[in-house]
Amino acid sequence: MSFLQNSLPYILAGISVGGQYALIAIGYTMVYGILRLINFAHGDVFMAAGMFMVFLSASMPLGAAIPLVLLLTVLLGFLIERAAYKPLRSAPRMSVMISAIGVSYLIQNCALYFTGGLAKVYPQLPWLSDTVTVFGAVTKRVTLITPVLTILLVIGLSLFIKHTKVGIAMRAVSKDFETARLMGIKVNSVISATFIIGSLLAAVGSLLYFTNYASVTPTSGGMPGLKCFVAAVFGGIGSIPGAVIGAFIIGICENIIKGLGWTTFSDAFTFALLIIILLVKPTGLFGEKATDKV
Amino acid sequence: MDLRKNKKRDALLTFIAIAAMLTVLLVMELTMKSTSILFTVLKKGMIYALVAVSMNLLNGFTGLFSLGQAGFMLIGAYTYAILSMPTSVKLGDTVYKYYDCAINLELGIFPSLLLAGLFAAVFAALIGFPVLRLKSDYLAIATLGFAEILRAVFQWDKMGPVTNGANVLRQYKDLTKLRIPFTDIKFPPTLFCFLVAGLCIAIIVLLINSSYGRAFKAIRDDEIAAEAMGINLFKHKEMSFVISSFFAGVSGALLAMYQYTVQAAQFKTAMTYEILLIVVIGGIGSVTGSCIASFLFIACNEWWLRFLDESSNNILGLNILRSGFRKVVFSVIIMIIVLFFSKGIMGEREFSWNWLHKRKKTAATEEVSGDG
Repeated sequence: MSFLQNSLPYILAGISVGGQYALIAIGYTMVYGILRLINFAHGDVFMAAGMFMVFLSASMPLGAAIPLVLLLTVLLGFLIERAAYKPLRSAPRMSVMISAIGVSYLIQNCALYFTGGLAKVYPQLPWLSDTVTVFGAVTKRVTLITPVLTILLVIGLSLFIKHTKVGIAMRAVSKDFETARLMGIKVNSVISATFIIGSLLAAVGSLLYFTNYASVTPTSGGMPGLKCFVAAVFGGIGSIPGAVIGAFIIGICENIIKGLGWTTFSDAFTFALLIIILLVKPTGLFGEKATDKV
Repeated sequence: MDLRKNKKRDALLTFIAIAAMLTVLLVMELTMKSTSILFTVLKKGMIYALVAVSMNLLNGFTGLFSLGQAGFMLIGAYTYAILSMPTSVKLGDTVYKYYDCAINLELGIFPSLLLAGLFAAVFAALIGFPVLRLKSDYLAIATLGFAEILRAVFQWDKMGPVTNGANVLRQYKDLTKLRIPFTDIKFPPTLFCFLVAGLCIAIIVLLINSSYGRAFKAIRDDEIAAEAMGINLFKHKEMSFVISSFFAGVSGALLAMYQYTVQAAQFKTAMTYEILLIVVIGGIGSVTGSCIASFLFIACNEWWLRFLDESSNNILGLNILRSGFRKVVFSVIIMIIVLFFSKGIMGEREFSWNWLHKRKKTAATEEVSGDG
């Protein structure tokens, strides 16, 4: 019993962080599935969503700020794709990746400019930020809401991809870019839709994530971004359920490691996992068989 | 006959140019104030030029997209700082406040520099075995991951007796402690950076022009064809990776000398990104491009665009100019280069005397034809 009481907070935090990572990891896995691009700027879009919230909530009620944050983040994701990735569609993959790194650098520097380099306090969301007690472990309500919300969103997304026209087009484009184009699919709008969905989920993720962490800095998107990419690779890149499961595993392991007192290595663990998975099973847990990773 | 003569002439011209540059540098350092921003830019620019060229050797000449440069610089910087720190400082309480230093060894500047490179190279050789089997973006993310792991290990408190944990290392032999051998006269620090980094870059250039360099380029252009020509892919990739890391380690050591203090927290992914952007601006696959871009990058970052940060310079009456605006402008410029001038400053070309000669000739003929 005492073991449960000692470790429960960490496991709860792990599940919660895992859910937040899952929402970001979906953006990576969808973009990679279609464009074969590691969208290095995705973590910064997530950070930007946090910044939008900080600035908007200062000037308007939360009920108006939250929808506006989602909208702005979606717009940002859409614009990034149009401005930085679309002109390079026929360029080598390396150029697009460099462009993504450039965008990430730009967003971080913009955030640095607007905040003056100071950590911004994230607004308290009523109800979500309240503390609750579960089996003797004290935590914020957001910890309990996150996994539920994540799973609901993932189910919604899966239905969307399976049954709607855009979803079918997305699957077609990720299977074969050229053939999909020949079949009359508007590849560019499908890619835009992918970025819009990815950014929307990242914005929801950022609402949940920063409620737990209480402050946003210009670089606070970098590390979660990389971890979520690892989660996507771990689950098998291109696969949405894979990304979600990978994210939960990484979130939980990371917090258990923190609980054991190895906080320095909680980030390193993620990358060690990445390297092991790439060497042992490069397709990930649920990846497609055909691969050109190795 | 003509070709050989040209080659001789080029070698002579290069020698004269380098000698002239170093002399100018020496004169400048002896006459100008050493705190001048020009020297900061020159020193840091040269150090970044070395690491950019070492990254270019991997990314531009061997086609291995590696993002581990900051990690290798970290190894180099720490090795240098720990080895060159005087024993009295190590035993004292000023640097190793919370730990007892486990390394009771004090080396001179050059052995420390060399070992800094070697340690980075050994580490690269070790991780090269698993990592170099990966391709393109997976290689990038795996090397980036190793750099992050390294940073965590160096900050680990169990490593405290060696690395001083997450605390700062200082009081080692930095640039101000340089002396001309056997005397007590100060050695000009900027000249020192140029000599060491310049020598390293020269070695890389020689390597690129050797048969190994041609093998690297063959691997970059087409792995399968290269393998069919009898090039051992893994051996050459590993070699390029190890050599690149060696020089990244040396440049990390130089950076430590330049900065007076070292802390693992500084060697973040953002640092690798900056170096990558330098390589891209200069042109992937051009050594001269990397050097030029590095000086431009550092000069813009530290000097020329500084005025954008000063709020007193507001012309339009708006409050746009304030701290951080420089970086925004700077990253917009970088994005423009990445999107519209993807070849960078030099593309894959190198500076050559022939090219300069031809330019002069065409300019002359144009002038003549213009007159006629």
